[in-house]
Amino acid sequence: MTSKLNLDKKVIDSARNHARSIAESMQSFIDEHTTVSTERTVLRLLGVDGVDDVERPLPNVLVDEIKDAGGLPRGVAYWIGNAIRKTGKSPQEIAEAVARGELDVTKLDQGSVEDARKAIEPYVDESLAKIRKQTETRNNYLETIGEGRRPYLYVIVATGNIYEDVNQAEAAARQGADIIAVIRTTGQSLLDYVPYGATTEGFGGTYATQENFRIMRERLDKVGEEVGRYIRLCNYSSGLCMPEIAAMGALERLDVMLNDALYGILFRDINMQRTIVDQFMSRVIIGYSGIIFNSGEDNYLTTDDAIEAAHTVLASQLMNEQFAVLANIPEENMGLGHAFEMDPATEDGFLYELAQAQMAREVFPKASLKYMPPTKFMTGNIFRGHLQDALFNLVAVWTGQSLQLLGMLTEAIHTPHLHDRMLAIENAKYIFNNCRHIGDEVEYKKGGIIQTRAQKVLKDANELLAQIEKDGLFATIEAGKFAAVKRPFNGGKGLDGVCTKDDMYFNPFIEKMLGGVK
Amino acid sequence: MSKTTAVSKVDLTKIMPYGDTMNDGQVQMSFTLPVPDGDEAWEAARQLARKMGLDEPNVVYHRDLGIGYTYMIVYGKCTHSVDYTKIHVTKVESNVMDRMECIKYMEDHFNRPVVVVGASTGTDAHTVGIDAIMNMKGFHGHFGLERYTGMTAINMGSQVPNEELIAKAIELKADAILVSQTVTQKDVHITNLTNMVELCEAEGIRDKILLLCGGPRISHELAQELGFDAGFGPETYADHVASYILQELVERKRV
Ligand code: B12
Repeated sequence: MTSKLNLDKKVIDSARNHARSIAESMQSFIDEHTTVSTERTVLRLLGVDGVDDVERPLPNVLVDEIKDAGGLPRGVAYWIGNAIRKTGKSPQEIAEAVARGELDVTKLDQGSVEDARKAIEPYVDESLAKIRKQTETRNNYLETIGEGRRPYLYVIVATGNIYEDVNQAEAAARQGADIIAVIRTTGQSLLDYVPYGATTEGFGGTYATQENFRIMRERLDKVGEEVGRYIRLCNYSSGLCMPEIAAMGALERLDVMLNDALYGILFRDINMQRTIVDQFMSRVIIGYSGIIFNSGEDNYLTTDDAIEAAHTVLASQLMNEQFAVLANIPEENMGLGHAFEMDPATEDGFLYELAQAQMAREVFPKASLKYMPPTKFMTGNIFRGHLQDALFNLVAVWTGQSLQLLGMLTEAIHTPHLHDRMLAIENAKYIFNNCRHIGDEVEYKKGGIIQTRAQKVLKDANELLAQIEKDGLFATIEAGKFAAVKRPFNGGKGLDGVCTKDDMYFNPFIEKMLGGVK
Repeated sequence: MSKTTAVSKVDLTKIMPYGDTMNDGQVQMSFTLPVPDGDEAWEAARQLARKMGLDEPNVVYHRDLGIGYTYMIVYGKCTHSVDYTKIHVTKVESNVMDRMECIKYMEDHFNRPVVVVGASTGTDAHTVGIDAIMNMKGFHGHFGLERYTGMTAINMGSQVPNEELIAKAIELKADAILVSQTVTQKDVHITNLTNMVELCEAEGIRDKILLLCGGPRISHELAQELGFDAGFGPETYADHVASYILQELVERKRV
């Protein structure tokens, strides 16, 4: 692809190299640590599910007990493998026995790592087979009933009640949506457990639970078959239970998951060590399951200025790309985020937005770029809002964005009503169709506003990444370089759930998934 | 040919919506009915509009929403009027001073720092509003309370439990607590704000402290109903908040 923006390939390569070395240096930190949520994820993948008599999820019961006994550094895979060998029970039976107070896995005779590995292996393989089955089902749908055209029309449902959500989702799919995202209720990201079962009460969103995932998946498959288009399902693999939710998503065939440690650090004050370690296992699962991950750079522009801080978005996209490479996620499944968030009063603001979106496309030619609509400058003037969304849609079709999160005219007022979604879909369809090939027809003036802007943002991102490579990512976040928010290394939520691994630690899922077990 | 008449003057005791002619009552609205698109749905919309007080209702657009529900845009002529001359709105009663005037006011009236603590509370993760009021940088060119010499402003951030905010206020002997609430779905802000007032009462500090709240859906009237001293909505700046706090403290002789 020749650059329409006349971007210097050397600068792109340099920025990417800095990002790679940042990701690699973070990876050595990640490899030395594990967390309570990462360990609970191993349990969930081993099939441990359900709650005890006081509604505590069994993965929490078991991990807490192991942690209290000082056994977390060795990882639950060892303890469960060992317990399978000693008791002949399955992981689920072990968890239930522990919950009843009949068994303490850390008090059994401790066998070798090799024996534990062998004992656990059949359960690991069974779980991976289940996930692969889901991938096959998805591929089968894509081959038989097909899918919508890119940019995919991506809308949100957020009623708080999963049974209401499925109706809203069905309506959206019938109106033309390709991706349905169920956004989570306020407060869930700070829960250090995943609630259990179907839920009907949430604020600004609905709880992410495995049962809710299943209910929504079932309805979307049904509607997809009827409308002759596979409808993708999206949820959030984020917060304190980031990797557990990724595992649930893999098991229930989610197609898209928001997953970004930086978002949790900056916007939920989750401890950086905790969430960067958690992010790794979630991305490995996401990569293995053929899920598209979405990063959250767009959010930086809600607390920082979209013109001034544009380069921080690109820098973060490059880092997210490299973190994803380390987790074996193919480029096509990288839903790197960016947004249309400039002040609409800016002269030539549209040109800058166009430059930013075109630049993202050229820097990440194969990625499934996730383009976010105007939010911060949306107001109670819903009529102007609809126009802002129209300009956003125009940039998207022009620059070939992949996942188009549709803007709602009522953004400043409430989570979407049924008809807001219809108006948003209509807006996007009109513009996508009416301007389908505009990008192929129009070139940018050499040295003009658009080219100059994109080149500057790229240059600034390269410099920022060089600086981060020098200072370290953690120190950069501490200094408030992203989203204008500062977070301390040892501050925030969830730090007590992090520990250093001991030399007997193993995580069979990360090993096999990264190895690409078929 | 008809005589050219002067544009009729508005009668403030009976105002009604204006489209292009005085008292034409023109209203435009849109909504969805949970019934299939068709004659019955349109008639239902017209009947509803009449019950809302709209004459000659007209469904100008309708569309099936995919699950047997119908979206409609409806016009009608409002038959009601209100007496504008009798309207009373509860507003925060204080002179708005700018930052320099506030600083001067503190020098003149207080011989100690004025302490305020604030947060976005409960499960709410939105900080831009409270930051706009409190942080150094401020908002739209109005510096935040942290820049007010003579004032100690502590912004605790977001998702702060009410208990923690109150504990901090007690620890610092704060003069005012500032609560920000952005998420309003299912009235979660009402529950949380009510809880805040109850906790302040339980801690015995309600009478000793100014309790303020703000957010895009907060009005002074709502705040007072919930037991707060004052409430601030959109387009509030630190100037408004500081002016209110300082004058109220002087009024209450807490200098
Ligand atoms: C930015 C933003 C975010 C950012 C927040 C970043 C941050 N650190 O704050 C991010 C991306 C993180 C975010 C997340 C979410 N958001 Co949000 N967000 C917005 C957005 C786009 C802008 C809000 C904003 O910053 N306004 C600018 C500030 C300056 O305005 P303001 O808050 O009104 O403040 C002014 C006054 O109200 C007043 N004021 C405010 N507080 C106080 C306090 C005091 C004491 C005083 C005196 C005055 C005062 O002074 C300020 C200056 O004038 C709005 C949509 C919109 N355009 O409004 C949605 C919006 C507020 N979000 C919404 C939702 C639902 C969420 C989520 C819950 C979604 C989810 N389920 O994940 C999550 C939050 C999770 C949680 N736990 O809360 C909804 C709320 C719907 C509702 N009515 O309940 C909105 C309206 C979007 C929508 N249509 O769905 N969001």
